[in-house]
Amino acid sequence: MSIQTADFDYVRTLLRERAAIVLEPGKEYLVEARLLPVARSFGCEGLGDLVRRLRFGGEAPLVTRVVEAMTTNETSWFRDLHPFDALATRVIPDTLRVRAGERRLRMWCGAASSGQEPYTVLMVLAEKFPELAGWTIDFLATDISSEMVAKCNAGRYSQLEMNRGMPTPLLLKYFERDGLDWKVRDELRKRVTFRTMNLAAPWPSLGTLDVVFLRNVMIYFDVPTKRSILAGIRRVLRPGGWLFLGSAESTLGLDDGFERVTEGKAVVYRNRKD
Amino acid sequence: MKALIVDDSRAMRMILARTLKELGFDAVEALHGGDALEQIAVCGPFDLALVDWNMPEMDGLEFVRHVRGTHCADSMRIVMVTTESEAERVAAALAAGADEYVMKPFTKDALSSKLEIIGLALP
Repeated sequence: MSIQTADFDYVRTLLRERAAIVLEPGKEYLVEARLLPVARSFGCEGLGDLVRRLRFGGEAPLVTRVVEAMTTNETSWFRDLHPFDALATRVIPDTLRVRAGERRLRMWCGAASSGQEPYTVLMVLAEKFPELAGWTIDFLATDISSEMVAKCNAGRYSQLEMNRGMPTPLLLKYFERDGLDWKVRDELRKRVTFRTMNLAAPWPSLGTLDVVFLRNVMIYFDVPTKRSILAGIRRVLRPGGWLFLGSAESTLGLDDGFERVTEGKAVVYRNRKD
Repeated sequence: MKALIVDDSRAMRMILARTLKELGFDAVEALHGGDALEQIAVCGPFDLALVDWNMPEMDGLEFVRHVRGTHCADSMRIVMVTTESEAERVAAALAAGADEYVMKPFTKDALSSKLEIIGLALP
């Protein structure tokens, strides 16, 4: 999946010429993350194939899509809104009932990116479920990029990043100013553990989970890898446990072990109990 | 839906007007808080006001306090769009009755996400 140096340099030059974007060496992960979906949608076998087509031909729609993919920041707080409503109205209430005995909630976010999603989940829990104060919450958030994991751990975001989807009352409650940036308050930050993890490599032990977030990452993988990841999730998700996927993703045709549940305007997947 | 842009910078009014048009709003412009109150009286009601903080005659915070205090446009959602970014300032704007707060610089996506938060997303 990793990009060759010459291909990365070609993409850097293209972006500089077309969009005046300066991409520093070391941003290979960003190119990979942004351009793999483009490569797939244009029928390319991988990033090497995509860059080959850019070099020889460079058809306008492909160049445009590449530039757009590299310039659009898809990460935001409360991304798509509805999954977080479903988390509050269905998934957590159900989990509270199931886990009332041990008072322990175990969650995993498998595509943490720069941290907006796991921190959003924690804000939903803190705002809507004060009764969780007496519970043990194990929340692991992973990403393939060590640079992203470092950013998650730092919990520091620019004003541009904070503008994207963050309700202002929550900004004031859970963040503090740090120079020109905003920083997640420790009370929220200490409730999640960030670690690197490659979904396409053998997984470390994750224990038995109640809720899994794997949003907007399956689009990067081919069908056999998607199947392998979904099978892996079923193995670590308790029967009746919940899986969140991105709005353009589904288990349909990939894995029959999940039940599709509509909650409000969101779709959530549930590990079948049988 | 109708929007009111309140900003003393012509360049910023143009940027906001273009962004709002792309988001499906018809926008009217005002140069400061006092001008905005006249626009509300003449062209209102508005669904949304995007309000700068630092302006001559009547600044953004004063405008928000006036609108909320006099109930002259209760249904109008107010979003502050400003370079003021200290937590105390943000808190003061919300306490005065602003519904949301956008810190400059911002992107169209960011503004759109804030409008969605306050229930003004267009289909």
